[in-house]
Amino acid sequence: MQRSKNDVWVGLFVLIGAVAILFLALQSANLLSLSFQKSYPVLAKFDNIGGLKPKAAVKSAGVVVGRVEDIVFDDKSFQALVTLALETRYAFPKDSSLKILTSGLLGDQYLGIEAGADDKNLAAGDVISSTQSAVVLENLISQFLYSKAAEVPAPAENGASKGKP
Amino acid sequence: MSWYQPKDIGFAVRGHLDAMGFAARLFGRLLATPGYALRRNVLVRDQIHFLGNYSLPIITVAGLFVGFVFGLQGYYVLKRYGSAESLGLMVCLSLLRELGPVVSALLFAGRAGTSLTAEIGLMKAGEQISVMEMMAVDPIQRVLAPRFWAGVITMPLLAAMFSATGVIGGWVVGVLMIGVDGGAFWSQIQGGVDVWQDLGNGVVKSLVFGVAVTFIALLQGYNAQATPEGVAKATTRTVVMASLTVLGLDFILTAMMFTI
Repeated sequence: MQRSKNDVWVGLFVLIGAVAILFLALQSANLLSLSFQKSYPVLAKFDNIGGLKPKAAVKSAGVVVGRVEDIVFDDKSFQALVTLALETRYAFPKDSSLKILTSGLLGDQYLGIEAGADDKNLAAGDVISSTQSAVVLENLISQFLYSKAAEVPAPAENGASKGKP
Repeated sequence: MSWYQPKDIGFAVRGHLDAMGFAARLFGRLLATPGYALRRNVLVRDQIHFLGNYSLPIITVAGLFVGFVFGLQGYYVLKRYGSAESLGLMVCLSLLRELGPVVSALLFAGRAGTSLTAEIGLMKAGEQISVMEMMAVDPIQRVLAPRFWAGVITMPLLAAMFSATGVIGGWVVGVLMIGVDGGAFWSQIQGGVDVWQDLGNGVVKSLVFGVAVTFIALLQGYNAQATPEGVAKATTRTVVMASLTVLGLDFILTAMMFTI
């Protein structure tokens, strides 16, 4: 095969292109988050997962300790069955609790895990029972409105009695 | 000019049908040539050098400035909603999904497509194509195929460079100049961009655009009238048709890929 100085430049061009794709994949799309850290699966049941998605982070004290692996609906208990992959280097007590949290006002939802006090640690396949569902805005608003509606009659009566005479 | 006469309409319709049929046949023959292009990869390499390396400055500089502008404009809008941290996500997603493939394809059509058309048109005007046929060398394999595959290979690489420099440009303006938090800038990007959904679809788009732009440039060159005026017209047609095709294809591809 013929050699020429073009080889070098074409090689450089292809290399820059590959570097660009790699940069986008690693830095932007965060391909590294599919890390090869060894992990163990833990199950959790939630009444409502809100906007939680697979691959969401599991954080403890703000540090990422695992990822959400899978979310399915359990039609026996009518709950969401979430499979977490916690990194093997972190151990948590058996009675740890899970919360669905939101990063910032508009951010993604992630799982917060709070350590309990049990002597034994979570093992692969364990089920975390104490979970707190995502906050659903509609429920919050309706609760707020109900409590407001319960308060309303008292001041209204006062106003009416004052207005009559 | 009596365009309303039935025979003229018939002539025009037949002419367009004929051109379309020829284009489809040429496209089919080009698609059937990767084996030849692999055997004569020296030719493909020279074309990648010609199409890719020389397009590098315009693509990267354009990407950088698009990133700058996006950083500024995005910041002004996002600031209103108090979410200037998602500047990085906005810049990165719009570059990866749309602007990277589309703008680099438009630049590619202007920078490389025109030179392909002019080169092949002049080869035809100088009767080099006819001479090849006389010598039983297939001009489609020898002249068109290496350029076609070089264009198809080059386009995704150029689009990736465009997007990468654009993200860096957005980072320069957003983080270094305006002062958005750098950690939030990158973590928003990493939280919101998916490898296959966003990056993968962008690469597929740029591949499709590479096929379309290169093919249109080659077709116009091959169909050019063998006169200086004919080559000039063919070059103009390349830019107009390739740009419109890229924009139209982009809409179709976006509708197919990013339906929510």
